Amino acid sequence: MFDSVEDVQQRFKGARYIASRRISTVVYLSERMGRPVLIEGPAGVGKTELAKTLAEITNRPLIRLQCYEGLDEAKALYEWKYAKQLLYTQILKDKLGEVLGGAATLDAALDQLHDFGDVFFSKEFVEPRPLLQALEQAKGCVLLVDEIDKSDAEFESLLLEILSDYQISIPELGTIAAVVKPTVILTSNGERDLSDALKRRCLHLHIGFPEQKLEERIVESRVPGISQSLRGQIVGFINQVRALDLKKLPSVSETIDWARVLVLLQSSELDHETVKDTLNVLLKYEADIETTMPQVTSFVAKAGRQGVFG
Amino acid sequence: MRQELHRFFRAARGAGVRVSPAESIDAMRAVKDVGFSDRGILRDALLLTLAKSEDEKQALGNCFDLFFSQPDVKDETASEDAAESGGAHPSPGETQTGGASAPSPELGELTQMLMARDRNAIAAALANAANAASLSDIRYFTQRGIFSTRILEALGIARLRDDLDALTASNPSEAERLTAATEALRENVRDTVNQALLLYGREEAENLRHEILRNAPLARLERRQVEQMKVLIRAIARRLRERYSKPRKRQRRGHLDTRKTLRRNAAWGGVPFLTSWKRRHRDRPKIVALCDVSGSVAQVSDFFLLLIHSLHEVVDDVRSFAFSGHLIEVSDILDNKSPEEAMSEIMSKVGFGSSDYGGSFADFEKGFMASVTAKTTVIVLGDARTNNLDPRADILRRISERSKRLVWLNPEGRMAWGWGDSEMPRYAAFCSVVRQCATAKQLERAVSDIVAAYQ
Repeated sequence: MFDSVEDVQQRFKGARYIASRRISTVVYLSERMGRPVLIEGPAGVGKTELAKTLAEITNRPLIRLQCYEGLDEAKALYEWKYAKQLLYTQILKDKLGEVLGGAATLDAALDQLHDFGDVFFSKEFVEPRPLLQALEQAKGCVLLVDEIDKSDAEFESLLLEILSDYQISIPELGTIAAVVKPTVILTSNGERDLSDALKRRCLHLHIGFPEQKLEERIVESRVPGISQSLRGQIVGFINQVRALDLKKLPSVSETIDWARVLVLLQSSELDHETVKDTLNVLLKYEADIETTMPQVTSFVAKAGRQGVFG
Repeated sequence: MRQELHRFFRAARGAGVRVSPAESIDAMRAVKDVGFSDRGILRDALLLTLAKSEDEKQALGNCFDLFFSQPDVKDETASEDAAESGGAHPSPGETQTGGASAPSPELGELTQMLMARDRNAIAAALANAANAASLSDIRYFTQRGIFSTRILEALGIARLRDDLDALTASNPSEAERLTAATEALRENVRDTVNQALLLYGREEAENLRHEILRNAPLARLERRQVEQMKVLIRAIARRLRERYSKPRKRQRRGHLDTRKTLRRNAAWGGVPFLTSWKRRHRDRPKIVALCDVSGSVAQVSDFFLLLIHSLHEVVDDVRSFAFSGHLIEVSDILDNKSPEEAMSEIMSKVGFGSSDYGGSFADFEKGFMASVTAKTTVIVLGDARTNNLDPRADILRRISERSKRLVWLNPEGRMAWGWGDSEMPRYAAFCSVVRQCATAKQLERAVSDIVAAYQ
């Protein structure tokens, strides 16, 4: 699928996702080795975006399973279509009478019913949920298991069979194996520690906040029509904000949002009035805004100098 | 190179990264895919397949840098790949600077190499010798000497000595050069062994140190050990949390509640669509801790409080009291301040007096008896040395009657109980459990038992 690590990097860049070399390596390796990837990192650094982009450039559908507390088999794997089963039994009632009509005794009727087979527990009546859907895709797909740390520990164990063998077992039907092995990407915000069994089966990638240069390139590719000086100032400013003690540090997605806002406001330079007005795009807690507000002027000045000399 | 990777896995384990066989197979496959040509990509690939957390990545990254800067490895690759110049070699000898006369044929192999200053050959010989001495088995720093000797022997130091003797007689200037070269060689061997110790021995050394620390009496720690002990206590707290906070959910469900199920399903003519289950009632631990902070016991109390207050996930409610001459509540101080600040504040308020158990128990009964309920475990930590004051064992009896359990932890050994002014035997009559608690290991066991009693 990919020729080399550089090839991955190029094609991601083509889809406007600036992948660092480490990210490219993990994508390349997971394709070659058929291993799932576990991505950890703070919110908004592009974990989910990576899966979306991968699906886009390899022309495969993206199947997404959002995890939450209480997620179980019936919502993640498969479920029987109970209503359809009931409906069919009602409709087929007369037919059943005909089939069983010849039987003289109850035992004979039961025997005939056994011969009938397990029609109501066949594939027709299985409602595939994301995990099963992913295995059934004829062209393969990218399976994104988002925020796995939000699910219960039991659900993790449920995933193990899929992650190592790309198959699932349905008691009534047997084992269903993948038509084409999907690329599995799991993301986690590190809310709780994942089990070693899960980690062992995955390649582990940690995405942190990008370096200044890389972030500028990301903004460049995501926000068209932004001037180079403004870009430098924005990233410089945000890097200074990240050094503060905040509840939620602004991440790449906030940088991009903010850059878009500034472009919409048609500002060509970062000045402290605009920054103060738009700080709520960047920071999501009142307390954080209060902490940052007094520093804004000096940060803007510093970011401006960086833009000139840096 | 496969050999090299295997040794790297061992080094990784030494650095505290848990590498399972399956992961090492993965790493092998990954390396086969990306190849060795780009060191950065190789490093990334190993980090992706072997390390499974941020900390592990950090540790493994350092390990990688250390491992592949090993002098022998560098020169091995140099001998394979002629373009590699290997400038980082620690050997002081420059590449054949001239003036090296052709070595006489009767000299030993090692001597010839040294005299000819053949760096690649020496490095290769060193690597071979290190393999022969199975240097990767090194675990403790005390083994440095024996491994150095083994490597030197494998290199043929005996023959070198003979040559040196012979040369001193025949050609003193050559002998001088050889002596210098030999010194450099010894230095090289020492470096190699040190590096190997760093790579392979770290975990063992750490384990050994932890084991010693776990069994060291808490009351008599040296200053530098106190810091390490705090780290250890935190590790113990983490272990206890992991053990006791997880299985709670599953154990809650008991038998089918038939009556409730029938009542709930009355609407469907008693066909049980919805089941209801009896819930096994389980309390989370409620703990009241009374800690003696007078001179002899203060250190142990410190660690005990530190431990019990880092168990929030497991323990529902902790109230701590400290006493020596009188008793005060210290829960808020411990919850709101960093351990160091909290300890010094507690000490300044009640510490360092001579202990008065009777008076302190009276204080507790007067002010806080209401905090003891039938669900509470009361823990008293102290040596029960009352300085010949009234022990007021009657108050302890009342506490014992009110509480679920009364546990006494005594840092003194059993032999000392009842001797001198120790009132332990009188108090022991009212306690559910009395146990010695002088080391981190005993502390862990004591707290673990207390929490387990609620499971």
